[in-house]
Amino acid sequence: MTTPRPAPDPWTQLRARLSSGPGGYVFLSLYAALCTGLLLLNTRTSLLTDILFILFMLLALVVYRSQVALGFKLGLGGVLFGLVLPYFGVLNPYYIDVATQAGIYAVLALGLNVVVGFAGLLDLGYVAFYAVGAYLWSIFSTPQIANLFAGAAPIASGWFYAFILLGLAIGAGFGVLLGLPVLRLRGDYLAIVTLGFGEVIRVLAVNLDKPINLTNGAQGIKDIGRPPLPLADFVRGTLGWTLDDNQLYQLFFYLLVLVILLLTVTAVSRLKHSRVGRAWEAIREDETAAIAQGIPLVRMKLMAFAVGASFAGMMGVVFAAKQLFINPPTFDLLRSISILSMVILGGLGSIPGVILGAVLVTLLDLQILPRIATVLRDAQKAGLPIPAAFDPTQYQRLLFGLLLIVMMIFRPEGILPEQRRREALHANEDTGTPEA
Amino acid sequence: MAGEPNASVRNVGQQRTVEIIRMVLLPLVQLALFIVGSAVVLGLIIVVVAFLLSRSDPMLFQTALAILPQVMIDGVVRGFLFATIALGYTMVYGVLEFINFAHGEIFMVGGFVGAGVGYLMQQIGLLTILPPLLFVLITVLAGMTVSGLLAMTTERIAYRPLRGAPRLVPLISAIGMSLVLQDLVRLIATSTPLGFNARFETPDFGQAIKLAEIPLGERSMPVMISPKAIIFITVAVLMLIALNYLVNATRLGKAIRATAQDMSTASLMGVNVNQIIALTFLIGGALGGAAGVLFGLNIGTVNPYMGFIPGIKAFTAAVLGGIGNITGAMVGGIVLGFLEAFVSSYLSMFTGGKFSGASYADIAAFSILILILIFRPSGLLGEAVTQKV
Repeated sequence: MTTPRPAPDPWTQLRARLSSGPGGYVFLSLYAALCTGLLLLNTRTSLLTDILFILFMLLALVVYRSQVALGFKLGLGGVLFGLVLPYFGVLNPYYIDVATQAGIYAVLALGLNVVVGFAGLLDLGYVAFYAVGAYLWSIFSTPQIANLFAGAAPIASGWFYAFILLGLAIGAGFGVLLGLPVLRLRGDYLAIVTLGFGEVIRVLAVNLDKPINLTNGAQGIKDIGRPPLPLADFVRGTLGWTLDDNQLYQLFFYLLVLVILLLTVTAVSRLKHSRVGRAWEAIREDETAAIAQGIPLVRMKLMAFAVGASFAGMMGVVFAAKQLFINPPTFDLLRSISILSMVILGGLGSIPGVILGAVLVTLLDLQILPRIATVLRDAQKAGLPIPAAFDPTQYQRLLFGLLLIVMMIFRPEGILPEQRRREALHANEDTGTPEA
Repeated sequence: MAGEPNASVRNVGQQRTVEIIRMVLLPLVQLALFIVGSAVVLGLIIVVVAFLLSRSDPMLFQTALAILPQVMIDGVVRGFLFATIALGYTMVYGVLEFINFAHGEIFMVGGFVGAGVGYLMQQIGLLTILPPLLFVLITVLAGMTVSGLLAMTTERIAYRPLRGAPRLVPLISAIGMSLVLQDLVRLIATSTPLGFNARFETPDFGQAIKLAEIPLGERSMPVMISPKAIIFITVAVLMLIALNYLVNATRLGKAIRATAQDMSTASLMGVNVNQIIALTFLIGGALGGAAGVLFGLNIGTVNPYMGFIPGIKAFTAAVLGGIGNITGAMVGGIVLGFLEAFVSSYLSMFTGGKFSGASYADIAAFSILILILIFRPSGLLGEAVTQKV
């Protein structure tokens, strides 16, 4: 029975008009200009600036979803995130730090997405690889190194770039190390074992101050080396910006993370559409059928672990250099779960979805929760009955937990789902057959 | 009693009684064997290692032997803790093939309920006049009720809507539930007088009982066991007996086993599958809650994050024993408890203090999990299960 297609409702019509054709260009340019203008007019950290900043970050999503020429999208994105945001960061360092964190998490989430989203292997100890990368750079760039190789001095900070690559390689190595013993395990066992692995790495980080002091135990490592600033003279001299070193480093790390994020997106999307990516997808959908098709299961699973872990190892190096201080609690299970919730919120397997998830969760965690906390404190001062002990920033577990449950029940495919996964998840609903 | 339709026929009735007794006792015998077995094996390993190391340090051998009985007692207590929590994992896994990640938090909630009841009793002055055993009974029952109901509620909210979804979906939901429970309890605890680290007020249980005194040079090593630990072990054994009776000798147990074997066929035979699953969560949760109360009682404080590590270890125990197998969970718990007690007591002694045993005990537990999953995924007592395609 065919029914005539209903006329699209006004909202859909409006969306279509604003996202494609000349209307699209005008709308996007106006939105971008408006956001930029308002943001640059409100540089003090406040609720209004928070909202503007979130709108600005979501602009990337609007640009991505619109149907305008690719060149225009890229150009607009480049101007917004390569020029406007760094400039805004000079005016208010707090927000650029949030953006940098979001970028770091986006790379981590993309890496985890390779393991969980592409290959369907639930990894609950992902942050272990991040820890390995971070400790790698921390040990080699501080006097800790003397405990490993007697008499060795911390290596020159210029080696930082080499260590990004080394972090990549060592991350991949650890990925294989974890992957080898757990290859035979089914999904849920795998989750618990990876969780155990994550805890083992954290416990080792706490305890490897004996017999030789490698990680400096629970105190953590401080005064981690930073790379030399490129273009510092150019910015101060030619541009005439009076910025101190910390501000310049903030800009530097923001841009570095942005570049790494772009490279990661390119690498991951190329992988996804390659032979390897299709093999992962086959393994995810049905392992037995994948073997029957001649897919080398062991090699493909190991590769997924290695690729996923390598991004975390690389980002660990950058994180340690940016943060200047690391300690074991930075790499606890909650961190792994928060990265997982980014992947799930955005959409398992979907690259834009995962980035969106990372940005949303980071904004929620670093900006919205503290803001709610401030609002609550003000309300409490004004005499409203709010318990003094309640601080929303301390309830991340509640937030991530609710996020996971709600997403699993109502939208397991995520906000920006991958096409094939959406089909798989909803095919079940029609027939109602449980999966074996 | 619900399960005796043929009580009038004496012969059949007698046979049935014998069968029930066997079903209830057999696991206990198995458990006892494993306790003795792991004690002997681990003890021998310690003796051999200590002997080998004693050439460099003559006192080491004597010290290692002198603390051995105490370590074994600690191992049994620890083992029963893991065992009681593992029962909840294994029951749910047996029925749904699903790892109830939030089970450690159910355990923690039990501990908090016990601490809350203890606090209330202290406030109204009951604590000093109440006999200790009655106190244990009240707190354990309270903990079992709340934890059981909570486990049932989590199933209803977070797992039932996802039945039939791909495997990882309910698991992720369970991880979420675990985090939510941790923070909800924290929110409640910090806004009441209990606080984050809640003291578990108890009546006076008396001094630890000295079982023996082992001479060691001029000093001597006492072998102690606290009355609380004895209560813990007794309650755990009673719970195992009750659970075995319930699962193997009642109609309800038959329905649970039928559901575990094949959900759709069981429902065709008239079993209300949803109800059975809810009951499984209730029973598993109640056992976890009881374990939480007893744990809090033993340790003296509870906190909202305390369920996580014992939860993971109990899962390890369940896998070690053969997940889905009730006796297996107990056995796995005992073996793991022994192992941890041995690692945490002897590792630093044998390495001259270079490695702290207590932290590496966690690593030992996780290594066991990985090794068991690789070499014998069916566990010590489990049967090999081929994956359905």
